[in-house]
Amino acid sequence: MSVIRSLKMNFAVWIKWIFGKKRARIGIYGPPNAGKTTLANRIVKDWSGIETGGISHIPHETRRAMRTDGVIINANGSSIELDIVDTPGMATKIDFREFMAYGLEEEEAKRRAKEATEGVIEAIKWLENLDGILLVMDSTEDPYTQVNVTVVGNMEARKLPLLIVANKMDLPKAAPSRIKAAFPQHPIVTISALEGSNIDDLYVAIARHFG
Amino acid sequence: MDLISAERLESMSSMEKIRLILSKVKRGNIVVLEMGLTPEEEVKLIEMTMTEIRLDEFSGIEIESYPVKNESTFLNKILGKSGIKTRMTVIGPANQLRTIEKDKYQISTKVSVGD
Repeated sequence: MSVIRSLKMNFAVWIKWIFGKKRARIGIYGPPNAGKTTLANRIVKDWSGIETGGISHIPHETRRAMRTDGVIINANGSSIELDIVDTPGMATKIDFREFMAYGLEEEEAKRRAKEATEGVIEAIKWLENLDGILLVMDSTEDPYTQVNVTVVGNMEARKLPLLIVANKMDLPKAAPSRIKAAFPQHPIVTISALEGSNIDDLYVAIARHFG
Repeated sequence: MDLISAERLESMSSMEKIRLILSKVKRGNIVVLEMGLTPEEEVKLIEMTMTEIRLDEFSGIEIESYPVKNESTFLNKILGKSGIKTRMTVIGPANQLRTIEKDKYQISTKVSVGD
C-alpha cells in the first residue's frame, strides 16, 4: 500500500515539475485597517473573479480567517497556485470603547471586541500552517509597530519567505520609504490595493518569492 | 515599574516569562525586560493576552521592542543554537502605557499613573 502511495506522490511531483506549476499557502497579515481584505479581494478577483470578504473603515472588520484555495497567478512567465488566507488584524490590545468612537452601540462594540480577540488568536494559529506571508502595512502610518516587528521576527525565525506590501500609496501622506528604512532586509512592493496601482509588480514579486 | 534582569529571564521557561509578565501588567505594572522575548515568545504573549482581555477590566498590553538580531555563527549552526539575540523590551497595560514615537534609535512612551 505504501508503495502505491509513494508512486502516486512521485507522479504528482513529476507532473508539477513537467508543467512548472507550484503551490503555496500564503497568509495575508498586518495590523487592523492596513488593507488586508482589500488586497485579498483584489488578488482573488483578478485571478478567479470571486470576492472574498467585506471591508469597512471600522477596525477589526475581518474577525475570522477567510481562506480561498486554488488561486492561480501567472506572472513573469511563471505560474503559481496559491491558497490565500486573509487573516484578522493582529493587535496587542482591543478596547470596545474604540469601536464606540466609530458610532457602534455599546453592545455591538463589546461583541465586536470579543470576536476581535478570537480573531487575533486565529491569525496567530495560522502562522504554523503557512508557506509564506504577505505583510500588509499602511504607508501613511509608522511602520515600527510591534505587530509588524513580531510578524517579521516570526517569519525570520521560521525561515519562511516574507513579502512586505506597502499599501495605500494613493494617499497624500503615504511614505513607503519609511517602511523600506525600517525593514531593509526584506523585499517591499508599494501598491494601492484599493485602486490597483502597481498590482502587477506585486504579482511578479509573488511569483518570484513564493514560487 | 519592574526591571527584570537578563539572568532571571535566562533561567525561566517561555511560559514562565509570559505568566510573569502578564500577572505584573494586569496589576498595573510596567515591565522592562533587559533581554527581551524571542519572536515565538512575543507571539505567544499576544495570544495569551487576548485570552485575558476582560471588557471593563483589562484591554490588553502595549509592548515595544526592536527587531531581534540574528547573529548566527558557524559554531552556533554546528551546535544547533539559533543565534537570535533578543533586545530590551518594555511592556505595560494598554490603558497606562502609550507609545508616542518609535524609530530606529529610540522609543518614546507616555505613562499614565492612577488610571
